[in-house]
Amino acid sequence: MIALDSGVDRRTTAKHRPRATVSFRSVVGRVLGWTLLGAFAVAVLYPVLWMVLSGFKDNQEVFNQPWGLPGELRWENYARAWDLGVVRYFTNSVIVTSASIVATTLISAWAAYGLCRLKLPFGNGVALLVLGGLLLSPTVALIPLFRLLTAIGLFDTYWALIVLYTAFRIPFTIFLIRAYMIELPRSVDEAATIDGASRAQIFWRVILPMSRPILVSAALLQALFAWNEFAFALVFVSDESLKTLPVGLVSMQSRLLTDWPVVLAGLTIAALPTILLFLIGQRQFLRGLTEGVGK
Amino acid sequence: MGALLTRWRAWVWVLPAVALLLVFVYYPIVDNLRLSFFSWNAFSPEPRFVGVDNYTEMFTDPVFWRALLNNVAYAVVSLVFQAGLSLVLAALLEELVGKRLRGLLRTLYFIPAAMSITVAGVLFSFLYNPRYGLVNEALQAVGLGHLARAWLGEESSAIWSVIAMSQWQSVGYTAVLFVVAMQRIPREYYEAAKVDGSGAVRTFFSITLPMVREMTTLIVILTISGAFLVFNEVMVMTAGGPDNSSQVLGTWLYRKAFFEDDMGYAASVATVIFVITFAIAAGQLALSRRRRYDS
Repeated sequence: MIALDSGVDRRTTAKHRPRATVSFRSVVGRVLGWTLLGAFAVAVLYPVLWMVLSGFKDNQEVFNQPWGLPGELRWENYARAWDLGVVRYFTNSVIVTSASIVATTLISAWAAYGLCRLKLPFGNGVALLVLGGLLLSPTVALIPLFRLLTAIGLFDTYWALIVLYTAFRIPFTIFLIRAYMIELPRSVDEAATIDGASRAQIFWRVILPMSRPILVSAALLQALFAWNEFAFALVFVSDESLKTLPVGLVSMQSRLLTDWPVVLAGLTIAALPTILLFLIGQRQFLRGLTEGVGK
Repeated sequence: MGALLTRWRAWVWVLPAVALLLVFVYYPIVDNLRLSFFSWNAFSPEPRFVGVDNYTEMFTDPVFWRALLNNVAYAVVSLVFQAGLSLVLAALLEELVGKRLRGLLRTLYFIPAAMSITVAGVLFSFLYNPRYGLVNEALQAVGLGHLARAWLGEESSAIWSVIAMSQWQSVGYTAVLFVVAMQRIPREYYEAAKVDGSGAVRTFFSITLPMVREMTTLIVILTISGAFLVFNEVMVMTAGGPDNSSQVLGTWLYRKAFFEDDMGYAASVATVIFVITFAIAAGQLALSRRRRYDS
Protein backbone atom coordinates (compact mmCIF):
# COMPACT_ATOMS: atom_id res chain seq x y z
CA MET A 1 0.00 0.00 0.00
CA ILE A 2 1.07 3.51 -0.63
CA ALA A 3 1.21 5.87 2.28
CA LEU A 4 -0.22 9.16 1.32
CA ASP A 5 0.12 12.66 2.61
CA SER A 6 -0.94 14.74 -0.32
CA GLY A 7 -1.70 17.73 1.85
CA VAL A 8 1.51 17.61 3.81
CA ASP A 9 4.84 18.04 2.15
CA ARG A 10 7.74 16.06 3.39
CA ARG A 11 10.07 18.26 1.49
CA THR A 12 10.57 21.87 2.36
CA THR A 13 9.45 24.38 -0.19
CA ALA A 14 11.51 25.48 -3.14
CA LYS A 15 12.18 28.81 -1.46
CA HIS A 16 14.15 27.27 1.38
CA ARG A 17 16.10 24.85 -0.70
CA PRO A 18 19.80 25.57 -1.01
CA ARG A 19 20.12 27.27 -4.35
CA ALA A 20 22.85 26.48 -6.85
CA THR A 21 24.71 29.40 -8.32
CA VAL A 22 22.37 31.34 -10.54
CA SER A 23 23.44 30.93 -14.12
CA PHE A 24 21.97 32.53 -17.21
CA ARG A 25 20.63 29.16 -18.29
CA SER A 26 18.80 28.57 -15.07
CA VAL A 27 17.21 32.01 -15.25
CA VAL A 28 15.93 31.29 -18.74
CA GLY A 29 14.72 27.91 -17.53
CA ARG A 30 12.86 29.51 -14.65
CA VAL A 31 11.20 32.07 -16.87
CA LEU A 32 10.12 29.39 -19.34
CA GLY A 33 8.87 27.19 -16.52
CA TRP A 34 6.79 29.92 -14.94
CA THR A 35 5.42 30.88 -18.36
CA LEU A 36 4.27 27.33 -18.99
CA LEU A 37 2.66 27.05 -15.55
CA GLY A 38 0.93 30.39 -15.98
CA ALA A 39 -0.22 29.73 -19.52
CA PHE A 40 -1.68 26.42 -18.47
CA ALA A 41 -3.50 28.00 -15.54
CA VAL A 42 -5.06 30.57 -17.89
CA ALA A 43 -5.98 27.91 -20.46
CA VAL A 44 -7.70 25.85 -17.78
CA LEU A 45 -9.43 28.67 -16.01
CA TYR A 46 -10.53 30.90 -18.85
CA PRO A 47 -13.19 28.63 -20.40
CA VAL A 48 -14.66 27.98 -16.95
CA LEU A 49 -14.72 31.67 -16.16
CA TRP A 50 -16.25 32.42 -19.56
CA MET A 51 -18.98 29.88 -18.88
CA VAL A 52 -19.88 31.40 -15.53
CA LEU A 53 -19.76 35.00 -16.78
CA SER A 54 -21.64 34.32 -20.01
CA GLY A 55 -24.38 32.79 -17.91
CA PHE A 56 -25.03 36.35 -16.70
CA LYS A 57 -25.06 37.99 -20.12
CA ASP A 58 -27.86 38.59 -22.56
CA ASN A 59 -27.74 37.20 -26.08
CA GLN A 60 -26.46 40.40 -27.60
CA GLU A 61 -23.52 40.53 -25.18
CA VAL A 62 -22.62 36.87 -25.68
CA PHE A 63 -22.57 37.18 -29.44
CA ASN A 64 -21.09 40.66 -29.88
CA GLN A 65 -18.78 41.03 -26.90
CA PRO A 66 -17.62 37.50 -26.18
CA TRP A 67 -14.59 38.72 -24.23
CA GLY A 68 -16.41 41.41 -22.28
CA LEU A 69 -17.92 41.32 -18.83
CA PRO A 70 -21.70 41.07 -18.48
CA GLY A 71 -23.34 44.52 -18.28
CA GLU A 72 -25.24 43.38 -15.23
CA LEU A 73 -25.62 40.15 -13.28
CA ARG A 74 -28.70 38.63 -14.86
CA TRP A 75 -29.61 36.04 -12.27
CA GLU A 76 -32.79 35.48 -14.23
CA ASN A 77 -30.79 33.39 -16.72
CA TYR A 78 -29.98 30.99 -13.92
CA ALA A 79 -33.60 31.04 -12.81
CA ARG A 80 -34.76 30.33 -16.36
CA ALA A 81 -32.29 27.48 -16.81
CA TRP A 82 -33.48 26.06 -13.52
CA ASP A 83 -37.13 26.28 -14.55
CA LEU A 84 -36.57 25.07 -18.11
CA GLY A 85 -35.54 21.63 -16.99
CA VAL A 86 -32.44 21.87 -14.83
CA VAL A 87 -34.51 21.54 -11.67
CA ARG A 88 -35.80 18.15 -12.78
CA TYR A 89 -32.43 16.89 -14.05
CA PHE A 90 -30.80 18.13 -10.88
CA THR A 91 -33.30 16.33 -8.65
CA ASN A 92 -32.88 13.13 -10.66
CA SER A 93 -29.11 13.36 -10.38
CA VAL A 94 -29.35 13.90 -6.63
CA ILE A 95 -31.59 10.84 -6.23
CA VAL A 96 -29.49 8.53 -8.37
CA THR A 97 -26.17 9.79 -6.99
CA SER A 98 -27.10 9.57 -3.32
CA ALA A 99 -28.70 6.16 -3.64
CA SER A 100 -25.68 4.77 -5.47
CA ILE A 101 -23.31 6.29 -2.92
CA VAL A 102 -25.05 4.55 -0.04
CA ALA A 103 -25.35 1.25 -1.90
CA THR A 104 -21.81 1.21 -3.25
CA THR A 105 -20.12 2.21 -0.01
CA LEU A 106 -22.08 -0.19 2.19
CA ILE A 107 -21.95 -3.20 -0.10
CA SER A 108 -18.23 -2.64 -0.75
CA ALA A 109 -17.46 -2.19 2.94
CA TRP A 110 -19.27 -5.46 3.76
CA ALA A 111 -17.37 -7.31 1.08
CA ALA A 112 -14.06 -5.73 2.02
CA TYR A 113 -14.60 -6.81 5.61
CA GLY A 114 -15.46 -10.33 4.56
CA LEU A 115 -12.41 -10.51 2.32
CA CYS A 116 -9.85 -9.27 4.80
CA ARG A 117 -11.16 -10.60 8.13
CA LEU A 118 -13.02 -13.85 7.51
CA LYS A 119 -12.05 -17.21 6.11
CA LEU A 120 -14.40 -17.58 3.17
CA PRO A 121 -14.73 -20.78 1.24
CA PHE A 122 -13.36 -19.78 -2.21
CA GLY A 123 -12.25 -16.43 -0.81
CA ASN A 124 -9.52 -16.20 -3.43
CA GLY A 125 -12.08 -16.81 -6.12
CA VAL A 126 -14.11 -13.88 -4.84
CA ALA A 127 -11.03 -11.65 -4.78
CA LEU A 128 -10.26 -12.64 -8.35
CA LEU A 129 -13.84 -11.97 -9.39
CA VAL A 130 -13.63 -8.48 -7.91
CA LEU A 131 -10.25 -7.84 -9.48
CA GLY A 132 -11.56 -8.97 -12.87
CA GLY A 133 -14.46 -6.58 -12.49
CA LEU A 134 -11.94 -3.73 -12.61
CA LEU A 135 -11.01 -4.74 -16.13
CA LEU A 136 -14.50 -4.79 -17.59
CA SER A 137 -15.82 -1.61 -19.07
CA PRO A 138 -19.40 -0.33 -19.20
CA THR A 139 -19.35 0.41 -22.95
CA VAL A 140 -18.88 -3.25 -23.78
CA ALA A 141 -21.93 -4.19 -21.76
CA LEU A 142 -24.39 -1.70 -23.27
CA ILE A 143 -26.30 -4.04 -25.58
CA PRO A 144 -26.71 -7.04 -23.26
CA LEU A 145 -27.61 -4.69 -20.41
CA PHE A 146 -30.26 -3.10 -22.59
CA ARG A 147 -31.81 -6.54 -23.08
CA LEU A 148 -31.40 -7.51 -19.46
CA LEU A 149 -32.88 -4.31 -18.03
CA THR A 150 -35.81 -4.49 -20.42
CA ALA A 151 -36.42 -8.11 -19.47
CA ILE A 152 -36.47 -7.46 -15.72
CA GLY A 153 -38.46 -4.25 -16.07
CA LEU A 154 -35.80 -1.83 -14.87
CA PHE A 155 -35.41 -0.06 -18.21
CA ASP A 156 -36.34 3.60 -17.94
CA THR A 157 -36.35 3.75 -14.14
CA TYR A 158 -34.10 5.29 -11.51
CA TRP A 159 -33.23 1.77 -10.46
CA ALA A 160 -31.50 1.02 -13.76
CA LEU A 161 -28.94 3.72 -13.05
CA ILE A 162 -28.66 3.11 -9.31
CA VAL A 163 -28.04 -0.61 -9.78
CA LEU A 164 -25.54 -0.14 -12.60
CA TYR A 165 -23.64 2.69 -10.92
CA THR A 166 -23.32 0.44 -7.90
CA ALA A 167 -22.40 -2.76 -9.71
CA PHE A 168 -19.74 -1.18 -11.91
CA ARG A 169 -18.09 0.74 -9.08
CA ILE A 170 -18.05 -2.06 -6.51
CA PRO A 171 -14.70 -3.54 -7.63
CA PHE A 172 -12.83 -0.26 -7.34
CA THR A 173 -14.49 0.65 -4.05
CA ILE A 174 -13.87 -2.77 -2.48
CA PHE A 175 -10.17 -2.54 -3.24
CA LEU A 176 -10.01 0.98 -1.90
CA ILE A 177 -11.69 0.08 1.38
CA ARG A 178 -9.96 -3.28 1.75
CA ALA A 179 -6.52 -1.69 1.47
CA TYR A 180 -7.47 0.49 4.43
CA MET A 181 -9.13 -2.20 6.55
CA ILE A 182 -6.14 -4.53 6.20
CA GLU A 183 -4.06 -1.96 8.03
CA LEU A 184 -6.43 -1.81 11.01
CA PRO A 185 -4.93 -3.83 13.88
CA ARG A 186 -6.54 -7.21 14.45
CA SER A 187 -6.33 -6.62 18.18
CA VAL A 188 -9.42 -4.39 18.03
CA ASP A 189 -11.46 -7.29 16.62
CA GLU A 190 -10.09 -9.61 19.26
CA ALA A 191 -10.81 -7.21 22.07
CA ALA A 192 -14.39 -6.83 20.86
CA THR A 193 -14.78 -10.61 20.52
CA ILE A 194 -13.67 -11.08 24.12
CA ASP A 195 -16.28 -8.52 25.11
CA GLY A 196 -18.82 -10.82 23.50
CA ALA A 197 -19.55 -8.85 20.35
CA SER A 198 -20.75 -10.70 17.27
CA ARG A 199 -19.18 -10.35 13.84
CA ALA A 200 -21.90 -7.96 12.75
CA GLN A 201 -21.50 -5.86 15.89
CA ILE A 202 -17.76 -5.66 15.39
CA PHE A 203 -18.29 -4.48 11.84
CA TRP A 204 -20.89 -1.83 12.61
CA ARG A 205 -19.50 -0.55 15.91
CA VAL A 206 -15.75 -0.94 15.52
CA ILE A 207 -14.50 -1.45 11.98
CA LEU A 208 -16.87 0.86 10.15
CA PRO A 209 -16.28 3.88 12.41
CA MET A 210 -12.52 3.29 12.24
CA SER A 211 -12.66 3.21 8.45
CA ARG A 212 -14.40 6.54 8.21
CA PRO A 213 -11.64 8.40 6.37
CA ILE A 214 -11.56 5.92 3.51
CA LEU A 215 -15.35 5.69 3.43
CA VAL A 216 -15.46 9.44 2.90
CA SER A 217 -12.97 9.12 0.04
CA ALA A 218 -14.99 6.30 -1.49
CA ALA A 219 -18.22 8.26 -1.20
CA LEU A 220 -16.69 11.37 -2.78
CA LEU A 221 -15.30 9.45 -5.74
CA GLN A 222 -18.63 7.70 -6.20
CA ALA A 223 -20.35 11.10 -6.14
CA LEU A 224 -18.07 12.41 -8.86
CA PHE A 225 -18.64 9.29 -10.94
CA ALA A 226 -22.42 9.07 -10.60
CA TRP A 227 -23.04 12.80 -10.99
CA ASN A 228 -21.11 12.86 -14.24
CA GLU A 229 -21.92 9.46 -15.77
CA PHE A 230 -23.26 9.75 -19.29
CA ALA A 231 -23.38 6.51 -21.32
CA PHE A 232 -25.72 4.48 -19.08
CA ALA A 233 -27.86 7.54 -18.42
CA LEU A 234 -28.19 8.10 -22.16
CA VAL A 235 -29.09 4.55 -23.11
CA PHE A 236 -31.14 3.26 -20.19
CA VAL A 237 -33.35 6.25 -19.46
CA SER A 238 -35.45 7.70 -22.25
CA ASP A 239 -38.24 9.37 -20.27
CA GLU A 240 -37.49 13.10 -20.24
CA SER A 241 -38.69 13.38 -16.63
CA LEU A 242 -36.15 10.80 -15.42
CA LYS A 243 -33.08 12.17 -17.15
CA THR A 244 -30.04 13.07 -15.10
CA LEU A 245 -28.02 16.25 -15.59
CA PRO A 246 -25.40 15.07 -18.12
CA VAL A 247 -28.02 13.80 -20.56
CA GLY A 248 -30.55 16.49 -19.72
CA LEU A 249 -28.08 19.25 -20.50
CA VAL A 250 -27.51 17.90 -23.98
CA SER A 251 -31.23 17.75 -24.66
CA MET A 252 -31.55 21.26 -23.23
CA GLN A 253 -28.81 22.50 -25.54
CA SER A 254 -30.65 21.16 -28.57
CA ARG A 255 -33.94 22.65 -27.36
CA LEU A 256 -32.50 26.12 -26.69
CA LEU A 257 -30.26 26.40 -29.72
CA THR A 258 -29.94 30.17 -29.73
CA ASP A 259 -30.33 30.96 -26.07
CA TRP A 260 -26.68 30.60 -25.12
CA PRO A 261 -26.76 32.42 -21.78
CA VAL A 262 -29.48 30.17 -20.39
CA VAL A 263 -27.69 26.99 -21.50
CA LEU A 264 -24.43 28.29 -20.07
CA ALA A 265 -26.17 29.11 -16.81
CA GLY A 266 -27.48 25.54 -16.79
CA LEU A 267 -23.96 24.20 -17.34
CA THR A 268 -22.69 26.26 -14.43
CA ILE A 269 -25.39 24.93 -12.12
CA ALA A 270 -24.55 21.38 -13.18
CA ALA A 271 -20.81 21.81 -12.66
CA LEU A 272 -21.06 23.53 -9.30
CA PRO A 273 -21.83 20.61 -6.93
CA THR A 274 -18.89 18.42 -7.91
CA ILE A 275 -16.46 21.33 -8.07
CA LEU A 276 -17.57 22.42 -4.59
CA LEU A 277 -17.30 18.86 -3.30
CA PHE A 278 -13.80 18.68 -4.69
CA LEU A 279 -12.78 22.01 -3.17
CA ILE A 280 -14.11 21.02 0.25
CA GLY A 281 -12.93 17.42 0.32
CA GLN A 282 -9.79 17.79 -1.72
CA ARG A 283 -7.59 15.75 0.56
CA GLN A 284 -10.02 12.83 0.78
CA PHE A 285 -10.49 13.00 -2.97
CA LEU A 286 -6.81 12.74 -3.69
CA ARG A 287 -6.32 9.97 -1.18
CA GLY A 288 -9.02 7.94 -2.87
CA LEU A 289 -7.69 8.65 -6.33
CA THR A 290 -4.07 7.87 -5.69
CA GLU A 291 -4.78 4.82 -3.53
CA GLY A 292 -7.29 3.48 -5.99
CA VAL A 293 -5.06 4.22 -8.92
CA GLY A 294 -2.06 2.73 -7.15
CA LYS A 295 -3.43 -0.78 -6.96
CA MET B 1 -21.68 -30.44 8.72
CA GLY B 2 -22.41 -27.68 11.21
CA ALA B 3 -18.87 -26.37 10.87
CA LEU B 4 -19.23 -26.27 7.10
CA LEU B 5 -22.41 -24.27 7.41
CA THR B 6 -20.76 -21.80 9.77
CA ARG B 7 -17.95 -21.28 7.29
CA TRP B 8 -20.38 -20.66 4.43
CA ARG B 9 -22.28 -18.20 6.58
CA ALA B 10 -19.37 -15.83 6.14
CA TRP B 11 -20.50 -15.53 2.53
CA VAL B 12 -23.28 -13.26 3.73
CA TRP B 13 -20.70 -10.48 3.70
CA VAL B 14 -19.66 -10.82 0.09
CA LEU B 15 -22.92 -12.11 -1.36
CA PRO B 16 -24.46 -8.74 -2.41
CA ALA B 17 -21.27 -7.67 -4.15
CA VAL B 18 -20.76 -11.01 -5.87
CA ALA B 19 -24.38 -11.18 -7.01
CA LEU B 20 -24.34 -7.65 -8.47
CA LEU B 21 -21.05 -8.30 -10.22
CA LEU B 22 -22.16 -11.58 -11.72
CA VAL B 23 -25.52 -10.32 -12.96
CA PHE B 24 -24.68 -6.80 -14.13
CA VAL B 25 -20.98 -6.92 -15.00
CA TYR B 26 -19.96 -10.47 -15.92
CA TYR B 27 -23.12 -11.83 -17.48
CA PRO B 28 -23.38 -8.92 -19.97
CA ILE B 29 -19.80 -9.43 -21.15
CA VAL B 30 -20.43 -13.10 -21.85
CA ASP B 31 -23.83 -12.40 -23.36
CA ASN B 32 -22.28 -9.76 -25.62
CA LEU B 33 -19.87 -12.29 -27.06
CA ARG B 34 -22.76 -14.67 -27.74
CA LEU B 35 -24.92 -11.95 -29.28
CA SER B 36 -22.17 -10.93 -31.66
CA PHE B 37 -22.77 -14.20 -33.53
CA PHE B 38 -26.44 -13.44 -34.00
CA SER B 39 -28.47 -11.08 -36.12
CA TRP B 40 -31.36 -9.35 -34.40
CA ASN B 41 -33.04 -6.04 -33.83
CA ALA B 42 -35.79 -4.51 -31.77
CA PHE B 43 -38.46 -5.86 -34.13
CA SER B 44 -37.15 -9.40 -34.34
CA PRO B 45 -36.50 -10.14 -30.70
CA GLU B 46 -35.56 -13.73 -31.54
CA PRO B 47 -31.88 -13.60 -32.49
CA ARG B 48 -30.89 -15.57 -35.58
CA PHE B 49 -27.51 -17.32 -35.61
CA VAL B 50 -25.30 -15.96 -38.39
CA GLY B 51 -21.85 -17.20 -37.43
CA VAL B 52 -19.09 -14.69 -38.03
CA ASP B 53 -21.13 -12.61 -40.49
CA ASN B 54 -21.17 -9.59 -38.17
CA TYR B 55 -17.41 -9.69 -37.88
CA THR B 56 -16.93 -10.03 -41.63
CA GLU B 57 -19.24 -7.08 -42.19
CA MET B 58 -17.44 -5.04 -39.54
CA PHE B 59 -13.93 -5.77 -40.77
CA THR B 60 -14.85 -4.78 -44.33
CA ASP B 61 -16.60 -1.60 -43.18
CA PRO B 62 -14.48 1.53 -43.74
CA VAL B 63 -16.29 3.33 -40.91
CA PHE B 64 -15.12 0.70 -38.44
CA TRP B 65 -11.49 1.27 -39.46
CA ARG B 66 -11.99 5.01 -39.37
CA ALA B 67 -13.33 4.70 -35.83
CA LEU B 68 -10.47 2.48 -34.74
CA LEU B 69 -7.97 4.91 -36.24
CA ASN B 70 -9.62 7.78 -34.38
CA ASN B 71 -9.23 5.82 -31.15
CA VAL B 72 -5.55 5.36 -31.93
CA ALA B 73 -5.21 9.11 -32.59
CA TYR B 74 -6.94 9.71 -29.26
CA ALA B 75 -4.44 7.45 -27.53
CA VAL B 76 -1.38 9.02 -29.12
CA VAL B 77 -2.38 12.63 -28.44
CA SER B 78 -3.49 11.76 -24.92
CA LEU B 79 -0.17 10.12 -24.20
CA VAL B 80 1.74 13.21 -25.27
CA PHE B 81 -0.39 15.48 -23.09
CA GLN B 82 -1.50 13.38 -20.16
CA ALA B 83 1.72 11.47 -19.64
CA GLY B 84 4.18 13.99 -21.16
CA LEU B 85 2.97 17.53 -20.59
CA SER B 86 1.44 16.77 -17.22
CA LEU B 87 4.69 15.23 -16.01
CA VAL B 88 6.53 18.40 -17.00
CA LEU B 89 3.89 20.56 -15.31
CA ALA B 90 4.11 18.50 -12.12
CA ALA B 91 7.90 18.72 -12.07
CA LEU B 92 7.75 22.49 -12.58
CA LEU B 93 5.19 22.84 -9.79
CA GLU B 94 7.48 20.95 -7.46
CA GLU B 95 10.66 22.71 -8.50
CA LEU B 96 9.59 26.33 -8.88
CA VAL B 97 6.49 27.01 -6.87
CA GLY B 98 6.31 27.72 -3.16
CA LYS B 99 4.07 25.58 -1.05
CA ARG B 100 1.03 27.80 -0.77
CA LEU B 101 0.84 28.80 -4.44
CA ARG B 102 1.50 25.22 -5.41
CA GLY B 103 -1.57 24.06 -3.54
CA LEU B 104 -3.62 26.73 -5.25
CA LEU B 105 -2.39 25.86 -8.74
CA ARG B 106 -2.91 22.16 -8.10
CA THR B 107 -6.51 22.81 -7.12
CA LEU B 108 -7.02 25.02 -10.13
CA TYR B 109 -5.55 22.51 -12.55
CA PHE B 110 -7.89 19.85 -11.24
CA ILE B 111 -11.11 21.83 -11.67
CA PRO B 112 -11.92 20.72 -15.26
CA ALA B 113 -11.69 17.09 -14.15
CA ALA B 114 -14.25 17.73 -11.43
CA MET B 115 -16.72 19.00 -14.03
CA SER B 116 -18.68 16.43 -15.96
CA ILE B 117 -17.50 15.63 -19.43
CA THR B 118 -20.92 16.68 -20.71
CA VAL B 119 -20.57 20.15 -19.23
CA ALA B 120 -17.11 20.45 -20.74
CA GLY B 121 -18.33 19.10 -24.07
CA VAL B 122 -21.29 21.45 -24.37
CA LEU B 123 -19.12 24.37 -23.22
CA PHE B 124 -16.52 23.62 -25.88
CA SER B 125 -19.12 23.24 -28.60
CA PHE B 126 -19.90 26.91 -27.87
CA LEU B 127 -16.23 27.83 -27.94
CA TYR B 128 -15.82 26.03 -31.28
CA ASN B 129 -18.89 27.68 -32.80
CA PRO B 130 -17.98 28.91 -36.30
CA ARG B 131 -19.71 32.29 -36.01
CA TYR B 132 -19.55 33.34 -32.40
CA GLY B 133 -17.08 30.92 -30.85
CA LEU B 134 -14.13 32.21 -28.85
CA VAL B 135 -11.65 30.03 -30.72
CA ASN B 136 -12.29 31.72 -34.05
CA GLU B 137 -12.53 35.13 -32.38
CA ALA B 138 -9.14 34.58 -30.80
CA LEU B 139 -7.60 33.50 -34.09
CA GLN B 140 -8.93 36.62 -35.79
CA ALA B 141 -7.68 38.80 -32.96
CA VAL B 142 -4.10 37.61 -33.44
CA GLY B 143 -4.24 37.83 -37.24
CA LEU B 144 -4.70 34.14 -37.88
CA GLY B 145 -8.23 34.56 -39.17
CA HIS B 146 -7.54 32.34 -42.16
CA LEU B 147 -7.31 29.39 -39.77
CA ALA B 148 -10.82 29.97 -38.45
CA ARG B 149 -13.26 27.23 -39.37
CA ALA B 150 -16.29 25.25 -38.25
CA TRP B 151 -14.17 23.16 -35.93
CA LEU B 152 -16.73 20.48 -35.18
CA GLY B 153 -18.48 20.70 -38.53
CA GLU B 154 -15.61 19.82 -40.86
CA GLU B 155 -14.35 16.33 -41.47
CA SER B 156 -10.73 17.37 -41.26
CA SER B 157 -10.97 18.97 -37.83
CA ALA B 158 -13.89 17.40 -35.93
CA ILE B 159 -12.11 14.56 -34.15
CA TRP B 160 -9.05 16.70 -33.39
CA SER B 161 -11.21 19.37 -31.81
CA VAL B 162 -12.85 16.80 -29.57
CA ILE B 163 -9.46 15.34 -28.65
CA ALA B 164 -8.21 18.83 -27.78
CA MET B 165 -11.13 19.38 -25.41
CA SER B 166 -10.41 16.06 -23.79
CA GLN B 167 -6.80 17.12 -23.12
CA TRP B 168 -8.03 20.34 -21.58
CA GLN B 169 -10.08 18.27 -19.18
CA SER B 170 -7.51 15.65 -18.26
CA VAL B 171 -4.01 17.13 -18.22
CA GLY B 172 -4.50 18.81 -14.84
CA TYR B 173 -5.85 15.59 -13.39
CA THR B 174 -2.83 13.51 -14.34
CA ALA B 175 -0.50 16.37 -13.34
CA VAL B 176 -1.98 16.19 -9.84
CA LEU B 177 -1.40 12.43 -9.73
CA PHE B 178 2.24 13.04 -10.70
CA VAL B 179 2.59 15.72 -8.01
CA VAL B 180 1.39 13.28 -5.37
CA ALA B 181 3.88 10.67 -6.60
CA MET B 182 6.70 13.24 -6.54
CA GLN B 183 5.93 14.25 -2.99
CA ARG B 184 6.72 10.72 -1.91
CA ILE B 185 10.31 10.96 -3.14
CA PRO B 186 12.61 11.26 -0.11
CA ARG B 187 14.13 14.71 0.07
CA GLU B 188 17.62 13.34 0.76
CA TYR B 189 17.92 12.28 -2.86
CA TYR B 190 17.58 15.86 -3.97
CA GLU B 191 20.06 17.07 -1.40
CA ALA B 192 22.58 14.53 -2.61
CA ALA B 193 22.03 15.71 -6.18
CA LYS B 194 22.60 19.31 -5.10
CA VAL B 195 25.85 18.35 -3.41
CA ASP B 196 26.93 16.67 -6.62
CA GLY B 197 26.25 19.92 -8.43
CA SER B 198 23.50 18.41 -10.54
CA GLY B 199 21.29 20.97 -12.34
CA ALA B 200 17.52 20.99 -12.32
CA VAL B 201 17.15 19.23 -15.65
CA ARG B 202 19.65 16.52 -14.81
CA THR B 203 18.06 16.01 -11.40
CA PHE B 204 14.71 15.56 -13.13
CA PHE B 205 16.06 12.82 -15.37
CA SER B 206 18.25 11.10 -12.82
CA ILE B 207 15.97 11.24 -9.77
CA THR B 208 12.41 12.43 -10.37
CA LEU B 209 11.68 10.42 -13.49
CA PRO B 210 12.91 7.06 -12.20
CA MET B 211 11.18 7.61 -8.86
CA VAL B 212 7.76 8.20 -10.43
CA ARG B 213 8.11 5.31 -12.84
CA GLU B 214 5.31 3.32 -11.27
CA MET B 215 2.86 6.21 -11.52
CA THR B 216 3.99 6.88 -15.08
CA THR B 217 3.32 3.30 -16.15
CA LEU B 218 -0.06 3.46 -14.53
CA ILE B 219 -1.03 6.72 -16.19
CA VAL B 220 0.17 5.43 -19.55
CA ILE B 221 -2.02 2.35 -19.18
CA LEU B 222 -5.06 4.28 -17.99
CA THR B 223 -4.65 6.82 -20.78
CA ILE B 224 -4.42 4.20 -23.51
CA SER B 225 -7.36 2.15 -22.31
CA GLY B 226 -9.34 5.35 -21.72
CA ALA B 227 -8.68 6.31 -25.33
CA PHE B 228 -10.23 3.08 -26.59
CA LEU B 229 -13.27 3.50 -24.35
CA VAL B 230 -13.95 7.14 -25.18
CA PHE B 231 -17.63 7.83 -25.75
CA ASN B 232 -19.08 10.81 -23.90
CA GLU B 233 -17.23 13.76 -25.38
CA VAL B 234 -17.59 12.50 -28.94
CA MET B 235 -21.28 11.82 -28.40
CA VAL B 236 -21.89 15.25 -26.90
CA MET B 237 -19.86 17.29 -29.37
CA THR B 238 -20.21 15.60 -32.78
CA ALA B 239 -22.09 12.31 -32.29
CA GLY B 240 -19.50 10.88 -34.70
CA GLY B 241 -20.18 13.31 -37.52
CA PRO B 242 -19.84 14.92 -39.92
CA ASP B 243 -20.22 11.92 -42.21
CA ASN B 244 -18.82 9.52 -39.60
CA SER B 245 -15.47 11.30 -39.68
CA SER B 246 -15.22 11.55 -35.91
CA GLN B 247 -16.67 8.15 -35.01
CA VAL B 248 -14.83 6.19 -32.38
CA LEU B 249 -15.58 2.56 -31.54
CA GLY B 250 -17.88 3.52 -28.66
CA THR B 251 -20.05 5.92 -30.62
CA TRP B 252 -20.10 3.63 -33.65
CA LEU B 253 -21.39 0.83 -31.43
CA TYR B 254 -24.06 3.14 -30.04
CA ARG B 255 -25.14 4.32 -33.47
CA LYS B 256 -25.31 0.82 -34.90
CA ALA B 257 -27.25 -0.52 -31.93
CA PHE B 258 -29.70 2.23 -31.13
CA PHE B 259 -30.10 4.17 -34.38
CA GLU B 260 -29.57 1.66 -37.15
CA ASP B 261 -30.94 -1.16 -35.02
CA ASP B 262 -28.18 -3.53 -36.08
CA MET B 263 -27.57 -5.08 -32.67
CA GLY B 264 -25.45 -8.00 -33.81
CA TYR B 265 -22.97 -5.77 -35.61
CA ALA B 266 -22.86 -3.46 -32.60
CA ALA B 267 -22.15 -6.40 -30.31
CA SER B 268 -19.18 -7.38 -32.47
CA VAL B 269 -17.82 -3.81 -32.17
CA ALA B 270 -18.20 -4.18 -28.41
CA THR B 271 -16.23 -7.41 -28.52
CA VAL B 272 -13.37 -5.61 -30.27
CA ILE B 273 -13.38 -2.91 -27.57
CA PHE B 274 -13.42 -5.62 -24.93
CA VAL B 275 -10.47 -7.49 -26.42
CA ILE B 276 -8.36 -4.33 -26.74
CA THR B 277 -9.05 -2.94 -23.27
CA PHE B 278 -8.85 -6.31 -21.56
CA ALA B 279 -5.47 -6.99 -23.14
CA ILE B 280 -4.16 -3.62 -21.96
CA ALA B 281 -5.50 -4.06 -18.45
CA ALA B 282 -4.29 -7.65 -18.16
CA GLY B 283 -0.86 -6.53 -19.34
CA GLN B 284 -0.78 -3.89 -16.65
CA LEU B 285 -1.79 -6.38 -13.96
CA ALA B 286 0.88 -8.82 -15.05
CA LEU B 287 3.45 -6.03 -15.01
CA SER B 288 2.54 -4.78 -11.54
CA ARG B 289 2.44 -8.32 -10.16
CA ARG B 290 5.90 -9.03 -11.47
CA ARG B 291 7.24 -5.83 -10.04
CA ARG B 292 5.76 -6.68 -6.67
CA TYR B 293 7.55 -10.03 -6.65
CA ASP B 294 10.78 -8.41 -7.79
CA SER B 295 10.91 -5.97 -4.93
